[in-house]
Amino acid sequence: MKELTIISGKGGTGKTSVVASFAALAQNKVLADADVDAADLHLILAPEIKHEEDFKGGRTAQIDLDACTECEECLDRCQFKAISPTFVVDKIDCEGCGVCVHFCPVQAIDFPQNICGKWYISETRFGPMVHAKLGIAEENSGLLVSLVRNQAKVLAEDRGLDTIIVDGPPGIGCPVIASITGTSAILIVTEPTLSGLHDLERVGGLAAHFKIPTLACINKFDLNEEMSDQIARCCARNHIALVGRIPYDTSVTHAMVAGKSIVEFSDGSVSDAINKIWEKVENCLTQV
Amino acid sequence: MPQVRDCYDARIGRMVICIASGKGGTGKTTIATNLAMSLNGKVQLLDCDVEEPNAHLFLKPELNHTERITTPVPEVDLEKCDFCGQCGEICQFSAITVIGKKVLTFPELCHSCKGCMMVCPREAISEKGRELGVLEKGWSGRVEFIHGLLRVGEAMSPPLINQVKAHIDPEKIAIIDAPPGTSCPVIVTLKGSDFAILVTEPTPFGLNDLKLAVGAVRILGIPLGIIINRCDVGDDRVATYAREENIPILMEIPNDRKIAEAYSRGIMMVDVVPEMKDRFQAMYDKIRELL
Repeated sequence: MKELTIISGKGGTGKTSVVASFAALAQNKVLADADVDAADLHLILAPEIKHEEDFKGGRTAQIDLDACTECEECLDRCQFKAISPTFVVDKIDCEGCGVCVHFCPVQAIDFPQNICGKWYISETRFGPMVHAKLGIAEENSGLLVSLVRNQAKVLAEDRGLDTIIVDGPPGIGCPVIASITGTSAILIVTEPTLSGLHDLERVGGLAAHFKIPTLACINKFDLNEEMSDQIARCCARNHIALVGRIPYDTSVTHAMVAGKSIVEFSDGSVSDAINKIWEKVENCLTQV
Repeated sequence: MPQVRDCYDARIGRMVICIASGKGGTGKTTIATNLAMSLNGKVQLLDCDVEEPNAHLFLKPELNHTERITTPVPEVDLEKCDFCGQCGEICQFSAITVIGKKVLTFPELCHSCKGCMMVCPREAISEKGRELGVLEKGWSGRVEFIHGLLRVGEAMSPPLINQVKAHIDPEKIAIIDAPPGTSCPVIVTLKGSDFAILVTEPTPFGLNDLKLAVGAVRILGIPLGIIINRCDVGDDRVATYAREENIPILMEIPNDRKIAEAYSRGIMMVDVVPEMKDRFQAMYDKIRELL
């Protein structure tokens, strides 16, 4: 079984639009949306939810003010300044480390597990999909990303499907690391801007750090062709295989508004480019 | 949350404005850098998108300070350790564990709560630093610049974001460039701001992620407004949503190839469309009225 993770470093370069097109083009696959705190793939794939489960993440301290003797032991020990002088725990600041719980001399602190979100197994017009919704302002997005990927793997095995396509989050931190560790290959979607180039170097560095075969494509390459060439050189220097350049076209936004992937929506130059990119990506997946 | 509003003090002019978005690539950095450059008075720009900071590409600051930022993780003195295992029991993050006569530590999983150090009966655990990244400071004209650069391979950005935010100067207008999304790094960045500007685009993805970002900002009790970037590219559902939710639309910026090309080269919007400066100053004045 092969797993392809699509990431970008910089946000808004077109990851999800590319993934939606791959969803239409690829055969025998499971789709996974690992951008759990700003998931968008469902807006195009319109998943019909078949199975839904709570995602239990970390824990949060809760002080029972009736039992509390106001000794301030917890205040002194908390490294996250999460406890107010009136002994109320700030849910956002609490890291869930349990130090206050352990050291409270009168056991006045409870430590319940949080329900941080939900995850789903769904059916779409392009096959099964695993996705999730992190609760607003909740933590542990990395854990939820790992869960989504694991469930996608289980689903693929159950149904005898040989490919998993993962829509990853932007950035290079915890949820990105969780979305690429152990994947078969990475495709970076970048754009021909100074920010795109700068962020590609960092996310490419992350992929190299984990020694994962990495491909890239340049979205809206004709907005600045000189910058696109610079990105191509950056890819070559960093052993990233450039598998294609996608032109800028307003039809991409129109497709999104219509709730369709661009390859379903029109036969123009964007669809051509994405078709060719998928051919190359598919070929690369057989070799890794 | 009252403590958030208490931060704002009109007498001394302190103002922390956080630019966030939910969806990436909507123009946060463009708004943050151009707003900072357009305002009268003492201004600082803090780039809290430490995973992929870009504000420096536009502001091109002269840096005069670089600092390695670390977080404390355990180091075990095996001479003192009696392998009692209490460190492993208290750790919620599986960052330390005792197996027989061995203590394994996984510094990359450590959240620096120091529970293991506190609980150790033989004082066998001391602190060492795990590098989170670097913090750099400097000036871009009159604008003070601070950003953090997460070390490639480091998973935890919130402690580095907090270090960047520790440089907020209450005598100045602080403009914060937030990371995309709505999870912990964004919440840590937004917390304590006086006002949040959410930058969005009028597309289904923009709207979906805007709603999530509005939810996050409201949990924190921060007043907010919206900027619709490339306002003529998609549909009108973002504007309708803003009206229904009573969220002020602070600015609408049309899709302009000139701005997009300048952006691609790291050139500021106010340098290609100079009249934007007045619009940004007017927007700031409007925000002050809203508070």
